[in-house]
Amino acid sequence: MSPDRPQELRPRIPAQTHPPLTTDVVVTGHLARRGQPLVPRIGRTVWSTLVGIGIVISHAWSSRDTVQYPEEMTYLPPRYRGRIVLSRDPEGEERCVACYLCSAACPVDCIALQATTDETGRRYPEWFRINFSRCIFCGFCEDACPTYAIQLTPDVEMSEYERPNMVYEKEDLLISGPGKYHTHDFYRVAGLAIGGKGKGEAENEAPPRDVRDLLP
Amino acid sequence: MSGGRAAAPPKLVTVIIDGREYQAEEGRNMLDVALSLGFDLPFFCWHPVLGSIGACRQCAVRLYWTDREGNEKSEIAMACMTEAQEGTKMDIFDADAIRFRAEMIELMMLSHPHDCPVCDEGGECHLQDMTVMTGHSYRRYRGRKRTFENQDLGPFVTHELNRCITCYRCTRFYNDYAGGRDFGVFGLRNQVYFGRAESGTLESEFSGNLIEVCPTGVFDDKPFSHRYSRKWDLQTAPSVCPDCGLGCTTTLSSRYGELRRVQGRFNRDVNKMFLCDRGRFGFEFVNAPERVRTARVEPGLMGGQAGGQAAVMNGELALDAAAGLLRGRRAIGFGSPRASLEANYALRALVGPANFYLGMSDGDDRLVGAVLEIAADPRLRLGSAADIHDADAVLVLGEDLTNTAPMLDLTLRTWLHLRPNAVEERNHIRRWNDAGITRIKRREPSALWIATTHATKLDAVAAETHRAAPDDLVRLALAIAHEADNEAPAVPGLGENELEVARRWAAALSAGDAPLVVAGCSSGSLELVQAAAQLAAALRRAGERRDAGRADAAARATLVLTVPEPDSVGLKLLGGGRFVQGLAAIARGEAEVVVVLDNDLDRRAPALLVDDLVRRRPPMIALATLEDRLTAQADVVLPTATFAEETGTWVNHEGRAQRYFAVQPPGEDVRPAWRWTRELLVRLGHREARGWKTPDDVLAALEMELPRFAGVRAAAPASTGGRDARKVARQPLRFSGRTAVDAGRTVFEPGPPPDPDSPLAYSLEGLQPSQSPPELRARTWWPGWNSNNGLHKFGEELEALGPARPSGVRLLDAGPPGRELPSPSAPARFAPDGDVVLVALHLIYGSEPLSMYTPSVAGRAPAPFIGLGDEDAQRLGVREGDWLRLWLPWMDARLRCVLVPSLATGTAGVPVGLPGVPFISLPARARLARLEEPS
Repeated sequence: MSPDRPQELRPRIPAQTHPPLTTDVVVTGHLARRGQPLVPRIGRTVWSTLVGIGIVISHAWSSRDTVQYPEEMTYLPPRYRGRIVLSRDPEGEERCVACYLCSAACPVDCIALQATTDETGRRYPEWFRINFSRCIFCGFCEDACPTYAIQLTPDVEMSEYERPNMVYEKEDLLISGPGKYHTHDFYRVAGLAIGGKGKGEAENEAPPRDVRDLLP
Repeated sequence: MSGGRAAAPPKLVTVIIDGREYQAEEGRNMLDVALSLGFDLPFFCWHPVLGSIGACRQCAVRLYWTDREGNEKSEIAMACMTEAQEGTKMDIFDADAIRFRAEMIELMMLSHPHDCPVCDEGGECHLQDMTVMTGHSYRRYRGRKRTFENQDLGPFVTHELNRCITCYRCTRFYNDYAGGRDFGVFGLRNQVYFGRAESGTLESEFSGNLIEVCPTGVFDDKPFSHRYSRKWDLQTAPSVCPDCGLGCTTTLSSRYGELRRVQGRFNRDVNKMFLCDRGRFGFEFVNAPERVRTARVEPGLMGGQAGGQAAVMNGELALDAAAGLLRGRRAIGFGSPRASLEANYALRALVGPANFYLGMSDGDDRLVGAVLEIAADPRLRLGSAADIHDADAVLVLGEDLTNTAPMLDLTLRTWLHLRPNAVEERNHIRRWNDAGITRIKRREPSALWIATTHATKLDAVAAETHRAAPDDLVRLALAIAHEADNEAPAVPGLGENELEVARRWAAALSAGDAPLVVAGCSSGSLELVQAAAQLAAALRRAGERRDAGRADAAARATLVLTVPEPDSVGLKLLGGGRFVQGLAAIARGEAEVVVVLDNDLDRRAPALLVDDLVRRRPPMIALATLEDRLTAQADVVLPTATFAEETGTWVNHEGRAQRYFAVQPPGEDVRPAWRWTRELLVRLGHREARGWKTPDDVLAALEMELPRFAGVRAAAPASTGGRDARKVARQPLRFSGRTAVDAGRTVFEPGPPPDPDSPLAYSLEGLQPSQSPPELRARTWWPGWNSNNGLHKFGEELEALGPARPSGVRLLDAGPPGRELPSPSAPARFAPDGDVVLVALHLIYGSEPLSMYTPSVAGRAPAPFIGLGDEDAQRLGVREGDWLRLWLPWMDARLRCVLVPSLATGTAGVPVGLPGVPFISLPARARLARLEEPS
């Protein structure tokens, strides 16, 4: 390759080598076989028709691919990216700490929330809204979430007749369990003291220092 | 920061960074130089105002030098402690230096908690930025993290010490600069603790600056944390603080149509980068439930039953009703020193100059008038807060600056800390060498003299203080003037002590080149303001006589005068009748309609007069932001925007016109006051008002009519312009939730509201901080620099030391020179008789009415009281907490006694503007008596 030409990133795909399609061939297919003997032509046609009927009949005894939805539900794997939920930690408290990372990550800006703090210092969302009529189920919010609070679930049955019904508030999003992650509890890892957990009681933390202690 | 030094052009030297030569100012530290050249060099403990101490070891570079044999040697050194000299050579991108910086961050992060999602600093955290910059991304340390218990530091600031990286910025700011005494650093080795000796509210009035000074999340904004938003979600606009007359520049941040946060905005001329706690936290009135949000009209005006309760009305219909009320009737208008210049001017046009009355108290009116006369005196030049840095000796006369103009207090303290010093000059200790200058300044005598009616917080850093009754302060000022300059008239009957003080202070003040007098309107004493001007003039004359022919002497400010409210000077410049004259016109029945512009009349005149106005119940149109007893009975109430929702101009205490911009659209039926007035003018057939499409048009009309305001439009870029005719985006590029914010109301996603008033847009489309002109830049953000510490990217903090684009326009300099003011005659020496003289006690939390809508500010205001000196308390037989009855000729009041031992005998202190304390025009004479129990 000559150095002054930009290198092509993909190899050039050769043009397909099928006979040129003429108007005749496309419009009147049988004209293409004009000139062949008549008897073999009839024989081939009948045989191929019988083979086709045979295949169809044989499928009557094979297992069905069609699922009788909604009477019958299809399997969606647990990591399928469907309806978004807010989960709870193993203690049953809201996992969401209203850090705003999901709303920042959202490419269609369909998540809005407001953080607030309870009297013990625990941060949680005062309200949390996802506009599912805008959501593209990309899962960036779940990736961004530092507490496993926001999770995408294998549920896609969200159709509505009215768009406003696709706007989910916190009470619509919050589920009663931990979702896909059963043990993670952010506030047990974070250094922030909340009700029931003081300083030095989080994971890997030493008890609080006595500042007035001058011993080495 | 000294103007005397800034006047000399800095000497440039050549430094070599990463093998390339650059020009740099000699004597600055190499960190500062590298940052201003655009290098990304991590740092923590360095701060543009606080200087360097080399504590964090983060700005490590390889520094080269040549030894005696001529061999080049090198070592790892801290850039912030290295002075720029000719040929200084350092490498930032040296492998060892890079590894050193990464390891330092890793050490700092050993015990850092896993808190970022719940930390208010996240997203604007200097520690986050620096950690990313050095490449530390994975915690190798598996040991247990060190923890600390936190303290409750009061309603303004949170404390989360586990996040600390021991940069010492907090204690350097709080103790060395702001003069705090209740905060410090405790402990040793790996348990250094920054906090108070025990939990409790931070006493300093500048504690909020810890939030911005701290590079991590140790100190954060407590009110903001209860309705927190990330920095990238906040809509911002440049603004001006409404809480006193200084005009500090601020950045407003709003989210979901609610003002959430106020921060200091860099400004060379007024407040540099800091802000007082009243300005930072006292904005809650914007969101208060007392806000007037809808127009109301008395039903009688709309053809209904007259005399009923005013009913909520569409804005246009309310305007029709108001215009109907005004048409053919003689209207008088009360302006407001807290409304914009545009609104006041529009109201003046609506009622006519003859019927326009200034909505400030008569005392303020007189005093601000005196300030304007002084500004016109050719011998004097009113200075700004920043001018204090040019002084070498300062006298504070009659002002409790900590409570009346708090940022002047901080400026004085900073000045004392940073001012040039012979020891530093001799030993070449640079201004940025914080540990060095702190140690020297602790031993250096102060250059601040304070004469007030009572003890002030600033006394702690003064060389000498003097306390006397207001009349005696006037006598002292005139006596000092006479001692400094013999041409000034002598004061008869001076006591031995007074004469001694006057001689000593006159000698101290006239010893240097640049003495400065700080006085103001807070005491209510006109003579005191005039005496301060005389003193400044006398000091000036004495200086000129001593070193005749010095070029820079004439340009120097000699006097800083405070005024009470953000637009006091602008309103007085506009001109109009006095407030009581307006009330008298109503009482005489000359006014058929009264138009009140955003004002709390109860704070402008004695209750007697306002009660009379309420009783008379003249037809009234109220352009109101907050409900009060006048809006309750006004015939038409038009909801007007606060400073956070409109674009307007205020003229501060030194005559500097500064523009503030709306951070959020007003919402509902609320409109800027000048727009309501303009609509009324149009309805009444005022031809010129038809052309008023933007505030600039109103200011143009103002400039045309009143030449004193010439140039006021240049205070900020015009509303239609902006660079490339593109608007500045109020929202950051990452602004989130745009398709969900309104979804609870409508899924149809309304577009951003238009903003014809300003060169800013309620959108993320438009100029971002790096592109916008400095006057319109509210946010500090640069790629890789999410925190406010990226200010150097805009080249502004360098301008803190040298010339820069000024903030706003100084109006008073251009005015015609007035007359040289005569010296006021010295009042008789104050001799206590049976009565007391009431003097003003201002309170940073309590005296300013708007900030009192903020619960955290109101919570720090004391209960109503009257201050008494020890002798007077003995004479009356009262102790602290006893009830006192206070008589004036037209009123009496019952207040609890609080002992203020520093008050001169024969004076009593009245807290100005504190809810529960009646309006009294000060200084006044009154009679006090002990009261057994209040009835």
